[in-house]
Amino acid sequence: MTTPQPPTLKIESISATGTVLLSGDLSIYTVTEAKIALQNHPEITNVDLQSLRRLDTAGAWFLLDLQAKAVERGQSLKVSGATAEATSLLKTVKAAIPQPVPIPPPPPFFMSLLESTGRSFAGGVLYLIAITGFLGIFLHRLGRALRRPKEFRFTSLVQHCEEVGLKAVPIVALMAFLIGVVLAFQGSVQLRQFGAEVFVVDLIAISVLRELGVLLTSIIVAGRTASAFTAAIGSMKMREEIDAMRTLGLDPAMILFVPRILALLLMLPILGLIADVSGLFGGALMAWIDLGISPEMFATRLVSGTSVNHVMVGLVKAPFFALIIGVVGCHAGMQVESNAESLGRMTSNAVVASIFAVIVADAVFSIFFASLEI
Amino acid sequence: MSNEISPDVIISVRNLQNRFGTHVVHEDLDLDVRRGEIIGVVGGSGAGKSVLLRSIVGLQKPTAGSVNVLGVDVRTADDDTRAALEARWGVMFQDGALFSSLTVRENVEVPMRAIKGLDLGIRAQVADLKISMVGLPYNAGDKYPSELSGGMRKRAGLARALALDPEIVFLDEPTAGLDPIGASAFDALIVELSRSLGLTVFLVTHDLDTLHATCDRVAVLAERKVLATGTMQEMLDVSHPWVHEYFHGPRARAASDGKPDPKE
Repeated sequence: MTTPQPPTLKIESISATGTVLLSGDLSIYTVTEAKIALQNHPEITNVDLQSLRRLDTAGAWFLLDLQAKAVERGQSLKVSGATAEATSLLKTVKAAIPQPVPIPPPPPFFMSLLESTGRSFAGGVLYLIAITGFLGIFLHRLGRALRRPKEFRFTSLVQHCEEVGLKAVPIVALMAFLIGVVLAFQGSVQLRQFGAEVFVVDLIAISVLRELGVLLTSIIVAGRTASAFTAAIGSMKMREEIDAMRTLGLDPAMILFVPRILALLLMLPILGLIADVSGLFGGALMAWIDLGISPEMFATRLVSGTSVNHVMVGLVKAPFFALIIGVVGCHAGMQVESNAESLGRMTSNAVVASIFAVIVADAVFSIFFASLEI
Repeated sequence: MSNEISPDVIISVRNLQNRFGTHVVHEDLDLDVRRGEIIGVVGGSGAGKSVLLRSIVGLQKPTAGSVNVLGVDVRTADDDTRAALEARWGVMFQDGALFSSLTVRENVEVPMRAIKGLDLGIRAQVADLKISMVGLPYNAGDKYPSELSGGMRKRAGLARALALDPEIVFLDEPTAGLDPIGASAFDALIVELSRSLGLTVFLVTHDLDTLHATCDRVAVLAERKVLATGTMQEMLDVSHPWVHEYFHGPRARAASDGKPDPKE
């Protein structure tokens, strides 16, 4: 059958009578060429299409636009020699030409800046209120689960404990181990200048046990678990499964939120402890290799020089971080709308919000413990 | 009325076979589509209507057989030939398949971006024209797909399919999920555009009202092949039990009468 010839347009120069003869294709491929050739020629009064091979909507639009511009100038422009199809196309396009609706001018820059600042501030406050409300729902349902254990899904709790806790052990342990190694290495370089290599043990112990072990575990868990919570609950929300639960008399908060947040609450302290041990192990290994501090010496120094308070200060934060991560993740899941974009957006929002909130909470704890002088 | 179709065959499918593992969807399927007609492909759920459409536009590689569109064998065409061919057809997917990060106008402009040296002002205005031609209001051009209703997204998808003035448009379930008013408006739009732009329309549908309102010919897909083709009138005389049931069932009669069926 026909192979399409490459679209070409030939424009015969404007004659004395103001007629321009077009031949070839006047289509979207050649319309730019036609515009350049014809736009600034007010002397054109007639466009002759009799030898035109193909006219498409873009071409028809161009001819009509040319006519409209001529009318604006107080002139007229005729289109002649159009085939029956071209005439009907011109008619269709003419009927469809959109009437631009005037767009209201944007407000001045300062005003819009003020408005967007106000909106994001109000949005932040509303978000905090919503999260607090969500925390309230969780605590209420937890209380009910304690009073009526039958309503509580124990199997679900175990399953989430495995997902949230057990499966996170390798990544958390590896991360803490490497942090211990890095601390020992960096600390030894600095402390060697003062001949105080042995204090590297205190450095590692205090920073890992007090801060880094739990904080970095929480950040990893926030990235891994908050997103999983949001994705799981969000996709259920998207497919109206949550609504279906409600109509069947099932309580989504009891079935979905309580086991998840409770699992996180139980598992995060354990993961924090694993991170502490693993971080100390990494530090001890590096101290042995790099500084020649034997494991026995490390252990002695650790026990004599580091108070057990540091471990408590670290681990006591874990349940609070768990609560933040769980509530933010579940809340974000419930905000998912019925499209896939919102699922993706809320999942990444949940990770960002929970990591940010964990770090803010950690800062608050630091100030708190500092003023108690623990 | 539509009997005087020119015999110019624009799509020709021969001995098409599609197999997924051991599951055979199509076997020795033949189909011809003529220039300028609106052909409706019907069939039960899972009969392979969408797979047929995907095979014709090259999204699905058939296990055997040939698919010839506008004189080009889709299966063996090289990249340049394919690109030239793709500019001559447009596909509207079920939910519009608009790019969610672009506005409706930008969506319609996407196919036009491939044209070298196209004036940007012309591009935007032609996009606006297409948006208006499919019956969307002017301000829809600045909206994102998520802000549109299902019917509007389908119209926007059609506008994008029509961006380059294709010779063939493929429509996958154009009226699925629309309310009856929206669906019949869409039917009317298909007929009007096909007549005024000289389009060949290949539509896959479940909607008997759409078949009645738009199609010049109907192809029935069942038992892994095209069982029958012909006008709606001719379909009524086919004796195959499934085809008979399809075109004589209570819904079919209601659709052909244009009013609800009293009994059955």
